[in-house]
Amino acid sequence: MPPPYRLVVLVLALCAALAQPVRAKDDLTIGITQYPATFHPNIESMLAKTYILDMATRPFTAFDAEWKLVCMLCERLPTIENGLAVAEKTPEGKPGVALSFTIKAGAKWGDGKPVTTEDVMFTWQVGKHPLSGVADAELYRRILRVEIKDERNFVLHLDRLTFDYNAINDFRIVPAHIEAPRFFDAPGEYRNRTAYDQDSANPGLYNGPYRIASAVQGSHVVLVPNAHWNGAKPAFARIVVKTVENTAALEANLLSGGVDMIAGELGLPLEQAIAFEKREGQKKGNGRFTVLYKPGLVYEHLDVNLASPVLADQRVRQALMWGMDREAISKQLFAGRQPVAHSAVNPLDGVHAADVPRYSFDAAKAAALLDQAGWRMNGGGRRNAQGEALVLEIATTAGNRSRELVSQVLQGQWRRLGIDVRLKSEPPRVFFGDTVTRRRFPHLALFAWYSAPESVPRSTLHSTMIPREDNNFSGQNYTGYGNPRMDELLDAIEVELDRKKRTALWRELQLLYARDLPALPLFFKADAHILPKALKGVVPTGHQDPTTLWVETWRWE
Amino acid sequence: MTHRIASRLVQSALVLLVMSFVVYALMGLMPGDPVDLMVAADPNLSAADAARLKALYGLDRPWTERYLAWLGQAVRGELGWSRLYAKPVAAALAPALVNTLILMGTAMAVALMVAIPLGIAASRRPGSAFDHVVNLLAFASVSLPTFWLGLMLMVVFAVTLGWLPAGGMEEVGAIEGMWGGLGDRLRHMVLPVTTLAVAGMGQYVRHARAAMLGEARQDYVRTALAKGCSPGRVVWRHQLRNAAAPVVTIIALDLGSLFSGALIAETVFAWPGMGRLIYEAVMGNDFNLALTGLLLATAMTLMGSMLADLAYGWLDPRTVKQ
Repeated sequence: MPPPYRLVVLVLALCAALAQPVRAKDDLTIGITQYPATFHPNIESMLAKTYILDMATRPFTAFDAEWKLVCMLCERLPTIENGLAVAEKTPEGKPGVALSFTIKAGAKWGDGKPVTTEDVMFTWQVGKHPLSGVADAELYRRILRVEIKDERNFVLHLDRLTFDYNAINDFRIVPAHIEAPRFFDAPGEYRNRTAYDQDSANPGLYNGPYRIASAVQGSHVVLVPNAHWNGAKPAFARIVVKTVENTAALEANLLSGGVDMIAGELGLPLEQAIAFEKREGQKKGNGRFTVLYKPGLVYEHLDVNLASPVLADQRVRQALMWGMDREAISKQLFAGRQPVAHSAVNPLDGVHAADVPRYSFDAAKAAALLDQAGWRMNGGGRRNAQGEALVLEIATTAGNRSRELVSQVLQGQWRRLGIDVRLKSEPPRVFFGDTVTRRRFPHLALFAWYSAPESVPRSTLHSTMIPREDNNFSGQNYTGYGNPRMDELLDAIEVELDRKKRTALWRELQLLYARDLPALPLFFKADAHILPKALKGVVPTGHQDPTTLWVETWRWE
Repeated sequence: MTHRIASRLVQSALVLLVMSFVVYALMGLMPGDPVDLMVAADPNLSAADAARLKALYGLDRPWTERYLAWLGQAVRGELGWSRLYAKPVAAALAPALVNTLILMGTAMAVALMVAIPLGIAASRRPGSAFDHVVNLLAFASVSLPTFWLGLMLMVVFAVTLGWLPAGGMEEVGAIEGMWGGLGDRLRHMVLPVTTLAVAGMGQYVRHARAAMLGEARQDYVRTALAKGCSPGRVVWRHQLRNAAAPVVTIIALDLGSLFSGALIAETVFAWPGMGRLIYEAVMGNDFNLALTGLLLATAMTLMGSMLADLAYGWLDPRTVKQ
């Protein structure tokens, strides 16, 4: 045998002989498709970070799996009813609110030091500092003052009284005893000096059921139980979160035992998960895995550029809605797992209006509306009185298979109405960095919004939020929609504390949205959580707080 | 010789300077930036947040201004901070560079160890069945898409047979001890190394075969054989040395890839190397990291080219005199 072949055989023999890994039964390996840029709870906004960090840290408040606001690091949720939230005037005489919180008894950092109000004060100082690098600083700016009562009790004074006054989900506490020296020495350098990135395995950075024990850049993160956690005992001796960006490779890792489960939040695209489930179902004993689908707050839709003369006509927009068979798309492409959206508000949201008008597929109605709008069938396509053809372009993100498929089906459905539809796919970087944000799409842009339960769509629907050259393209009302009544509703909903009255306002907003159609609703994207059958306790939420926020309830059966 | 090396070093420095400008310009001219993407994905981020973050990361300044500032720092040896990895550029690059060197170096070594003997063997029997098979395999190697080959190997050896891990560099903490750790690393390397070696082998086989065939027709070969020299000795002692120059050129030009990594194979096998790092840095507008990574790869390619020149001199002293 020539020397090279001898070497190959030797290497293979060595591999087989030296290592046959055996995974311990109290380990769990999770596969995700992204590696976090930072572990700091407040710097950068990234789903991979939230997914991992929610096993190791706890926010004061969060939405649970039933989409109800709950206390996590506090004893009681402050409400006006229980007296822990009190309406007050701001120094400028505007309506504000004072929220009294008590830090959960026994809450400790992983080094045994208690979580105290000193940490609260420090976190607020970091959050509101313009140079700290905190991404979403809105809440920290709204807090006018932090009043410390003692080691566990504090009062937040907020600059406005809105219906969601007690949701301080974005207040992610950081340990002053570790982070303060790094911050106060040079606030502008803090984002580069934080211990979350320089010393990520420091136990004192974490107050959740697990803590990060090691992290290998771009590869994996290892979490172990936090010895000072005061809640339910975590079941795993170790959790490994592995990053595999390619979803076909991620699936192969699952099947070969390289990972035990694939996170729904950052896992396989829906169509791949459906195909996987089908193949698993055909196996003897229906395979080893369960696929849980959870439609959530990712709202897939077509933003309409209302500056387009064609789409400025409401009848054309309504015709497009009647001419889409979204039920058929959901059934054919997504096996019915991705529900059709009838408004921007998810039916699981408490403020969803059940009586919002539904545009079920009706080609005759669509054709009649187009006729009324002056677009008549002429030589195989629709033309107006000037003989111009009805041409629309759908722009979307390249590489997103499901969006590309949906846009192709819509092209076919609208073509049957006589509309000439052209498709354009752009890299996300160009699409979101330029085409959408600068309103450069000529007609329709297919993408998704990610929101929170009862999230007021001010940034996407208020007339002051239209990106323009003169406001440096700030705001996310990319459709250019402006309706004084919508503005009034958005303003009113934010400050209406009475749940019943607020629900009525939300209903009117959804009816107006369905009539004006600044965007054409498509689906609520479903996450596919692929779990081994023996793993229990994973409850998909469908909103921005991932399943890992309740990781202490996960266990092998 | 010294003058030649000095001249090549000056040329290389100029190329690196031009490259840094071109790369910076291309990245700077790409539409959008990471803050735009953050805002588009999260309606809660206000316009004020976006403006503050852009100012903080210097994204509100013209790219030319940022380039000059970067160049000034780079000349002083300061590579700056990686925005994406929140650590100094050197600290972000080092582990990825080591991982890539291990992966690409092994793949290249395996490819050469298999390809060169195959190419030589095929050239000794041109037109034979063996030659046809080798040619076919070489064409297959050049034509097969890396991601497809990687996935197929993964499906067969990791999913179906369960012999090898599907990806990653190690089984986290599962194996203790030096030998266990080494064995685990080797097992994780088999599939990515095989994928890259197979993908690279084709061109080496074809170049080795063509060069050896070209030399076989030379007078000195005929003379040596006529003088009674054994065919094996002619091939290994005379023909191979003369045929090595084109093969050395290809190998030298591939040296850059030892440092720039293989994006597709690294992505498929979840191997945290330079390919993925540079790609993410470019897409994430992490100018410091992307520039340093790309310039390192360029510098190594230039270095490889220079080494090839020196090797020519050693293989054929006439080129130095010319």
